[in-house]
Order: sequence, then C-alpha cells, then structure tokens
Amino acid sequence: MSQILTVNDLHVAFPTDDGLVRAVDGVSLTLSQGETIAIVGESGSGKTVTGLSVMGLHKKGATQISGSVLLKDGDSTVDIVTASDEEIRQLRGRAVAMIFQDPMSSLHPYYRIGNQLAEGYLVHNPGKKKQAHARAIEMLDLVGIAEPAQRADEYPHQFSGGMRQRVMIAMALMNSPRVLIADEPTTALDVTVQAQILILLKSIQKEFNMGILLITHDLGVVAQVADKVCVMYAGRVIEQGAADDVFYKPKAPYTLGLLKSVPRISTHGSARLKAIPGQPPSMINLPTGCAFAPRCEYTSDAPGDICATDRPALLGTDSMHLSRCHVAEPTRDSLFVKELKEVRS
Amino acid sequence: MLNFIVRRIIFAIITLLAVSAVVFAIFSLLPFDPAALTCGQRCTDQIIEGNRIKLGFDKPIYIQYWLFLTGIFLGRSYGEGAAAFTCPAPSFGYSFNENECVTNLLTEALPVTVNLALGALIIWLVAGVSLGVIAARFRGRWADTTSSVFVLLGTSLPTFVTGLALLIWVTIKWKLVPLSVIGYTPFLENPVKFLQFFILPWITLAIAYAALYTRFTRAAVLEILGEDYIRTARAKGVKERAVLLKHTMRAVFAPIITLAGLDFAGLIGGAIITETIFNLPGLGRLTLRSVTEFDLSIVLATTILAASVVIIMNLIVDMLYAVLDPRVRV
Repeated sequence: MSQILTVNDLHVAFPTDDGLVRAVDGVSLTLSQGETIAIVGESGSGKTVTGLSVMGLHKKGATQISGSVLLKDGDSTVDIVTASDEEIRQLRGRAVAMIFQDPMSSLHPYYRIGNQLAEGYLVHNPGKKKQAHARAIEMLDLVGIAEPAQRADEYPHQFSGGMRQRVMIAMALMNSPRVLIADEPTTALDVTVQAQILILLKSIQKEFNMGILLITHDLGVVAQVADKVCVMYAGRVIEQGAADDVFYKPKAPYTLGLLKSVPRISTHGSARLKAIPGQPPSMINLPTGCAFAPRCEYTSDAPGDICATDRPALLGTDSMHLSRCHVAEPTRDSLFVKELKEVRS
Repeated sequence: MLNFIVRRIIFAIITLLAVSAVVFAIFSLLPFDPAALTCGQRCTDQIIEGNRIKLGFDKPIYIQYWLFLTGIFLGRSYGEGAAAFTCPAPSFGYSFNENECVTNLLTEALPVTVNLALGALIIWLVAGVSLGVIAARFRGRWADTTSSVFVLLGTSLPTFVTGLALLIWVTIKWKLVPLSVIGYTPFLENPVKFLQFFILPWITLAIAYAALYTRFTRAAVLEILGEDYIRTARAKGVKERAVLLKHTMRAVFAPIITLAGLDFAGLIGGAIITETIFNLPGLGRLTLRSVTEFDLSIVLATTILAASVVIIMNLIVDMLYAVLDPRVRV
C-alpha cells in the first residue's frame, strides 16, 4: 500500500479577541491507498479542523498553521500548508474531496443537482460539458440514485436527507480523488440510513481504491469501517492505533471513558449511562499538564503530581499503538482489563 | 404555477376593490362640499347646484362609487344637452380646476414618474449592489470603510438636501446640466434632452436607495458566504471569483429583486419631494398640487393608482420569486 497523505506535526490556531485558540496541536498521521483512518473525539477536539486543513480550506489571514500536510498528486507531492491558494484550489475536488456533515445545507438550493455535480468536473476539465454531465449521471447511478438522468434535473429540496448525502458522495467522486475526507457523513441522518451510507462508502472505497479520513464522534461507525483510529482530545491525538487494538485494548483513560459511555442494551436491567465526568477544557487556556487530567480517574496511579504539571508524550511499547498517559503502560493494562470486562459483558 | 398566478390575480382584484372603496369613502366623508370646490371666486348657489348635479354629487355615496367604478370601464358623461361632455374609458373622474378629464392628467404625468423611477432604479441597483459586493469582498479593508461612509451619508441625507445641493452646484454654479425648465421630452424624441432632464433627479433618488442597497447587499453576501453550500463550492475547487459572483450572488439576487420591485412601486406614488425640487410634471407633483387645491377627484385617482401599482408589483415580485427560487415553485 502506498502512502497518499502524510500529516506531520500539524498545528492550527485561530487568533481571537480572547486569545489564541489552539484547535489542532501537533497531529501526525499517515493514510495509505484503500485505507480508512477514523478521527474520533467530542465536539471541539479539533477533528474537523484537521480535515479542513487537508482540504486547505482555512482562511489564510485568520489562521496560523504549521507542520506539513503532504498530499500525493500523481507522481508529485504537494504540501498543503505551504502551497499557494491556486495550487490548493487545483487539488481540491480532484486529488482530495470532502463530504460534509449536513447534506441538507451543503447543496446549493438554486442549482440543479446535475449541474452542481458537473461543475466539480468542469472546474478541473474546462470545456468538457458533455463529459461532465455524463459523468454526473454515472456517479449518481453509482451511489444508488434511481433514474439518475431524470433526477439530475431536479433541485436539492426534492431529495431526502439520505439521498442528498448520496449526492454529496457522488459529487466527491466526480474526479476520482485518491483521498476522501468524510466529516461526520452520517451524523445528520436516520439510523437506518446511516448504515446504508457507510456500506456505500465502503464499496466505493474498494472501487476507487481511495484513502478515507473519516471524522466522527460515533464509535459505532468507527467499529464498522475504520482500519486505524486516531482519538483526539483538546486538539491532540491522545491515542492512535489499529482499530481492533484501540477497541479491545485501549491505552488512554479517555478512550476507555468513551468506550464505557457507549449506550448498550443492557442485560442487567436499568444500568445508568456512564458519562465521563466534567467538561473538555477551554482551547484558549489549556492546562499545563495532561489536558484530560482534570477529568481522569487514574491520576493517582501516576507518579507524584506529574499529570498536572507535565504534558505526556505520545508513546507505546508497541510502535503501532501509541497513547498519551503518565501512568505506566503495564499498570494501565491491568487496571483497564477489569473495566473492559464490564464493558464487554 | 398557472393556478398560483390565477389565484394571485383574483386576490389582487379583490384588494384593489377594497382599496378603492376605502379611499372613496374617506374622501366622501371629508367635511367639504365637493360641489362648492368646483367653482372659483365668482360663485353662485346656482352654479354650485348645477355642478353638483352635473358631477353626480347629489346622489347617495354608493351610487357615486358605482358610477366611479363603471366610469373606469365604460367612460362617463357629465351634464346634459349642449353643455354635456364625456370622459372616455378608462375614466377616473373630472377635474374642475384643470377643466380636464383626470385620465388625461394622469397619462401626462405617469410617463414622467415612471421614467424617473425606472432610471433611478437602474442606477441604484447597479451602484448599490456592486458597492455592497465590494464591501463584503474586502470586509474590514479600506473599500469596506469607504462604503460605510457612503451608506451613512446616503441614508442620513434627505432627498431635499442632496437634490438641492445637486441643483445648486451642478446646474447653477457649474452649469453642467441645463435647468429643467426645458420640460419633459420623451426619450425617443430627443435622448439628450431626456437625459439632461432626468439625470439629476435620478441621482438624487438613487443616492438614498443605493446606500440602503449597499448595506443590504453587503449583509446578504456575508451571510451567504458563511453557508455550507459555499464551502461545498470551494471544496469542489471552484475559483474564488466564481464562488462570489456565481454561487453567492445567485442566492443574494432573489431578495434584492423583491426589495427593488417594492421600492419601485413605492416611488411611482411617492417621489413627491424630488419631483417638486426639480419641477418634474409627474404624479407626485400632480398629487401635491391637487391636495393643496382640494381637487379631490385627482387625489382619489392618484391614490388608487399608487395602490394599484403596489399591488401589481407585489404580484410581479411574487411570480419572479417563484422563477428565481426553485423551492417556491408550486
């Protein structure tokens, strides 16, 4: 598998009147062809900002970006962080495409579906109007829209939510991009439709051999489609590894908390939903130590006051499964085993 | 769509009937004797009574209203015998002050006002919308700041100030445009005279409206630029210029056209100040003069005309909206 996207020590910050908001604080990941990486985290953890950075969709003046986002484009590699606006524009929709969270508002209400799709092709293949429309109908058919030629002449309001998300996927596929960023693609949809969209994404990934960066807060979605998982908290990756490892052998207390908070149809009668206590920290005044420390129940297992004073590094005995925690890894493993049993039962 | 239009037209007719009835009732209830107003200084009771019968003021109000309505469609005759005269359909009554059928007065005044409003509309749409787009595009930069100064001046200076200022400087001091005493000349007869006649009144009206449209357009563009579908367009790789001029403006135009239609309709009945300053023989000045002279038949006619224009423009704007916004189509 060849690497098509490499994010290296990405920092994104927005200056505001109250101070600098460090939305993404040192994220690194590598996406290969045909692979799905899920970025998981709660609202404001920096997952969408990471996705928008890959698209180069941040406003230049209002954002401070450092690090690198290396995107393969044919044989060359472009660094989105340093590339010019025009270079990035030519990559957008062609080498990397994005599906957004809310399909209801992501399509232009005044233009016909077919024209909106064709535009994405025409931007990168000027003058090829006929091919663009043929391609639009072909893609609509591919994403499972019945009578695509007829529906291409309709407007977004004539489509249901699930159908619109299919249209958005078709739009993203117009130029067969190698990287697809799916930002909460199923969040705004009914549960039954969610599954259909995930299956569709999976089958399209196979057909186009795309790398997918799936941004979600839904662990159920992650379990169904992801190969690798990046758990983000307060702009940092707090745990990173193969999906199975992260699910069955979580290393970070935050990941464990997330797994415990997934609602289950319990066999023990009326079990209460287990939430992680407290609130995520303000992104302007991050704690000096571990960002999760104020909400963590394992700080006493770490030596001294280290959780409150020092930032933990992203480490792991297994180089493919990293986490940020001051508690010694074997101690964590033995502490988490009991908790996990409860979760799995 | 056809169903929608037919329904709206029927509704418009009912509204017009109601408006005309109310206006008619108000003028009939005024504490004036309309017949007494019809003759000048050397007036005798005989003449007044004669005119009363001639103009139908001796009949009950509902009959008068009926005569007024039928006159619009069939024309109306006044008096008997040799002194009889007719105002052909559409007749809106007879003005004794002017010794003229009201319809003739209206058809003289209407082109002036329509040309005044239309020219001003074009100027303020072009100026206001482009300034608004530029202000939004360069938000917070010098172009935006300059446009807000213009907006502040345009909205706070009344037309009688800008109009008089233009008249004093441009016409009298700099002599760039001849004084409008030359009178109204139709465009097809002499385009140069037509433009000389209208250019200052157009600018006077346009300044006030352009300022409003600049502010409105700027706000609308900024709002639309924040929409998800604009982000989608950028994600497709659409050029920034096309994002602004195609995707954004397409969504901004529908509300602007609605606003423009209604403002245009309002001007047909109400450009009184501008018409007076520049001595334009339009509807506004005709109304003003009729009010001061208690020439009720003209006031009644211009009021109903202004109301009709508003109702008709509303209808047109609604139909245009349905064309512009696919979500409104029935």
